[in-house]
Amino acid sequence: MSSTSLVYIALFVVVVIGAILVGAEGRNFFSTGNLRDVFTGMSVLGLVGIGQTLVILSRSLDLSVPYVMSLSSLIAAQTMSSGGASIAVGVVLALLFSAAVGLVNGLVVTKLRVHGFIATLGVGLIIKGYLDTTYKGSAGSVPKEFQFIGSAAIGAVPVSTIGMLALAAAVYFLLTKTRTGHHIYAVGGSAEVSRLSGLRTSSPVIISHVLCSLSAGLAGILLASRLGVGSPTVGTQGGYDLLSIAAVVVGGTLLSGGHGSIWGTIGGVAIFAVLDSVMSAIQFNPFLKDVVRGLVIVVAVAIYSRRSSETKRVRFPEKGK
Amino acid sequence: MVDAILRADAVSKSFSGVEVLSEVSIALMPGSVHGLVGENGAGKSTLMKIFAGVYRADRGSVWLDGKHIDFGHPLEAMKAGLATVFQEFNLLPDRTVAENIYLGREPQKFGFVNSKKMVADTGAVMAELGIDFISPSSRVSSLSVAEQQIVEIIKALSFDARVISMDEPTAALADHEVQLLQSVIARLKSRGVGILYVSHRLNEVFDICDAVSVLKDGKLVWDGLIEEITQPEMVRLMVGRPIDAFFPPVLEGTTIGQTRLEIFEGGNEFVDSINLSVKSGEIVGIAGLQGAGRTEVVEAIFGAVPFSRGLIHIDGVETSIRNPRQAVKAGIALVTEDRKAQGLALEQSILDNALLTVRGAHPSRTRGARRDAPGVLSSLEVNSTNLGQEIQFLSGGNQQKVVLSKWLLTNPRIVILDEPTRGIDVGAKVAVYTLMRELALKGVAILMVSSELPEVIGMSDRIVVMREGRLQQGLGPQADEAQILTLATGTIALTAEGEKS
Amino acid sequence: MMREIRNSAGKSVARSVAVIVDPRQAVFLVLILLLATIFFLNPGFAEPSQFIRFVQRVAPIAILTMGQFFVLVSGEFDLSVGALIAVQVVVAGNLIGQDESKSIPVLILMFFIGLVVGLVNGLVSSLLRVPSFVVTLGMMLVLLGGVYFVTGGSASGNPADGFRSIGRGGIEGFPIFGLMPWAVIVLIVCTLLASYVSTRPFGKTLIAIGDNPETQFYSGARVWWTKTQAFMISSTSATVAGILLVGYAGVHPSVGRGYEFIAITAAVLGGVVLGGGRGWVLGALAGAFTLEALFTVLNFADVPSTWRDSVQGIIIIAAVAYSAVSRNGIRRKGTNSASPEIGEGASASGRSAQNTSPSHD
Repeated sequence: MSSTSLVYIALFVVVVIGAILVGAEGRNFFSTGNLRDVFTGMSVLGLVGIGQTLVILSRSLDLSVPYVMSLSSLIAAQTMSSGGASIAVGVVLALLFSAAVGLVNGLVVTKLRVHGFIATLGVGLIIKGYLDTTYKGSAGSVPKEFQFIGSAAIGAVPVSTIGMLALAAAVYFLLTKTRTGHHIYAVGGSAEVSRLSGLRTSSPVIISHVLCSLSAGLAGILLASRLGVGSPTVGTQGGYDLLSIAAVVVGGTLLSGGHGSIWGTIGGVAIFAVLDSVMSAIQFNPFLKDVVRGLVIVVAVAIYSRRSSETKRVRFPEKGK
Repeated sequence: MVDAILRADAVSKSFSGVEVLSEVSIALMPGSVHGLVGENGAGKSTLMKIFAGVYRADRGSVWLDGKHIDFGHPLEAMKAGLATVFQEFNLLPDRTVAENIYLGREPQKFGFVNSKKMVADTGAVMAELGIDFISPSSRVSSLSVAEQQIVEIIKALSFDARVISMDEPTAALADHEVQLLQSVIARLKSRGVGILYVSHRLNEVFDICDAVSVLKDGKLVWDGLIEEITQPEMVRLMVGRPIDAFFPPVLEGTTIGQTRLEIFEGGNEFVDSINLSVKSGEIVGIAGLQGAGRTEVVEAIFGAVPFSRGLIHIDGVETSIRNPRQAVKAGIALVTEDRKAQGLALEQSILDNALLTVRGAHPSRTRGARRDAPGVLSSLEVNSTNLGQEIQFLSGGNQQKVVLSKWLLTNPRIVILDEPTRGIDVGAKVAVYTLMRELALKGVAILMVSSELPEVIGMSDRIVVMREGRLQQGLGPQADEAQILTLATGTIALTAEGEKS
Repeated sequence: MMREIRNSAGKSVARSVAVIVDPRQAVFLVLILLLATIFFLNPGFAEPSQFIRFVQRVAPIAILTMGQFFVLVSGEFDLSVGALIAVQVVVAGNLIGQDESKSIPVLILMFFIGLVVGLVNGLVSSLLRVPSFVVTLGMMLVLLGGVYFVTGGSASGNPADGFRSIGRGGIEGFPIFGLMPWAVIVLIVCTLLASYVSTRPFGKTLIAIGDNPETQFYSGARVWWTKTQAFMISSTSATVAGILLVGYAGVHPSVGRGYEFIAITAAVLGGVVLGGGRGWVLGALAGAFTLEALFTVLNFADVPSTWRDSVQGIIIIAAVAYSAVSRNGIRRKGTNSASPEIGEGASASGRSAQNTSPSHD
């Protein structure tokens, strides 16, 4: 059984238990309002998680995402403030800057041979310095027309969640049906083997970093649309660096690269969103939420690690095993 | 006069000022198998890598099908029709067989990867070669070592090459798989493909090759048709030593004493009904095909993959061995099959590697071991002036010597060796055999697993044969290769008199 | 034991001198450069009494970095140390309160807590095979959640001055330096201990585990227990750092936030390779001082405080890139001429991608 299936089984279990607990409080987990909250909670983390999945698959890491998110929200909100056509300009500008950051990340990792942990930590700090200097608080203002994106929903499902899932599908397509996707898996599995097969080992890594920062940029724009302003701390407040890695890992993707799936990450994101919603509903202390999250992460990965790949042929099966 | 399909003209190559190949010329004819033999360090691997596009020659020229070539990258060579099967597997375990084979040249339809075609094309190549037991959609990690080697070969062949060069292709193959490879080679020959065959297994070279080149110290010392040379002559050219010196005789004063190691009805998921005993001073050889369970038996004795049934007695005392630590504490040493993966810490120094086991299992003896280590290393002639050098820069033979030193420093009572001379040069091999005789003289009980039958016969006092996870009857030292093979494969063979044996 | 400590300290000092001139050890060069820059910008800094205060400030993070060294070198990560510091600080602040007589029992409790956290980190990652990145990330969330829950997110507790003085005070009237801070003494002791341990079989085995854990398994080492001990060392270093921090950081659950990243960065600056198998204690120590020296330089150079993070980011990337590039250069040059097949060309990293291959020369 693949780890992706395991994630969704776990999600199912969590939903069932959650629904029961919430019901005990006299609320309905499956009410439109509640479901909408859960889905809303999935959008931002989902966007960042999709990007982080790509980076981890290529055997790197991205700790700069919270800063990219904040930066993107500010660029978008400030540019859009005059309304009309500037909305599109704001989005494009924010995404351009995000992509540029991703490019820098990718180049530092591949050309300067710096481990992703250090490289993206460093780049994140550089952005942080800029944010701290330039902004004392939130800035810009998002026109009403754009704020709609952050809040609109079709029934229980917010537009933003649909967009996030669409992006997931596109990335899934990229990973399975394009050479770039195959090469991301290959380089993440073994750069040496890939090199010998003629792959340019830098390109897939750089591409994954650019796509990751782009998705973080998208997340930042989404947050701006929800808040109505851009904020220099919105990314760090949410702890999106480690949380996105947690979602990826809970989704069954290996930190060592070359193995994993986008849908697993989405499942992981869903688990965290459901947990969050349930814990709020039963009025669990917000600080203890982190305790639960921490335990969930470790337990999930412990379960995946139990399944080892047996390459040796068992000749004399043990009785009763 | 047929032109050579691959020719090297006075090729030379140096690394850091040391000349590794000196004016070597070689001509490979289409439709023929050309062996390349020589000790490690003789330059055959380097020559092969120049053909493969991994290195560039410093001087001289290389010609493929009459055209001058100068590859800068392995892929250029592959695309030009020169495919190479290296010893080290270059496979991605998490990807499927088809994905591995077509890595970098995935077939596309409208700009997107066409997985169906990839699987079908892989299947076609495999069918052509008579391979039906591997599925193109299986993950490489689920295949056995031998199957992975076959995938490597298929990958090289899928490039529709006109020249295929193979480095020790049969190292991990069982006999029936070797036969499969030989039939594939025959098919390729009939297609006019030229095959360069690098191997330490001289029996195979004489079986398969039409012509052979012998290298020694980077120079070509002999070149011609295989009929024009004999094995002993070839060895003498490679080594400068007659073949009898290969297996040192039992040392004077060696006595076979009490039983040191005894296994009663040992078994687990991989082996069954193992009854084995090794006496002090005795060398017991375990022969058998790859996959017969020989490594599994030694891993069970060593506790790496322990027995779940049966008993182990050491010096008459019942001992429980559930992990390697207990084995080491009981005085057992295991020189593993794969030294890079299981025997060495490659980025650490020679000295640190030599002290590895003492530090890990008998830390209190470290000071004494550090004192003794240089002596032990030099007695094995480990070729290095600086013990602080990282061990990854040493040759295979020297690395194996350090592994042996590591175990010697623990003063073991029982030494198990799994393919101890695989992939090392002749000089180092002799050192290993000499060491085994010396250990036997000291009363150590020795168990040796080997795929090289001459080695098993030459060194063992007693031979046992594994087949399909079980031990066959023991043979005396007079056993010949035919008898061992019969037991190993389970076939009924006809003796010279035409009777069934 | 004392003689062995002195011997290994002497060896370590000799090795550091050799190492400073070795192009691989960028960190010592950078450190000297930074210190020189500091003295230039602010000559008063070179005064012993000022300099010793600098060392006092660096002590907690330096100790933490040395603890992290043991974990990193075995191929693992410990992301929980920052949160553990917060826990220890809050425990100290609240359980001691103004009652100094409680100091010793609470200290013992704090060390016990640290050991338990390290034990759990080690056991879960080694025995349950969960990557340590994930285990310690989870532990960090659990500890932070717990400590914020208990304190409600605000400063609480006011530890007795006696306890505070461990971090703040020292021996008065000390020759040359005036005040010899306790923190510096603790740092020196920890450095000696760490150096000693790293040269013992335990330390060497740990590094070899980082290089190739399977080889260690086949050599009879108790890999799970050795790694667990490394985590326990790391948590203990966090405990000691926490004790020192109580002195001048106050009792707030945000103390120690981000310290795990600083420790890892400092260790990497000091030559520890992420993934294990390489590095040494004094390098990690130098890395910590280098980072702190960098902050001090920025301070004295009147760089606006908001730009400090950016400069820090650039320097970290530059330093690590430099040592990565020079390490690869050394490897190519140092390739043994006797066996070019291994070092050159395709496998400059020396190890084949798959471990199931038949060995070759």
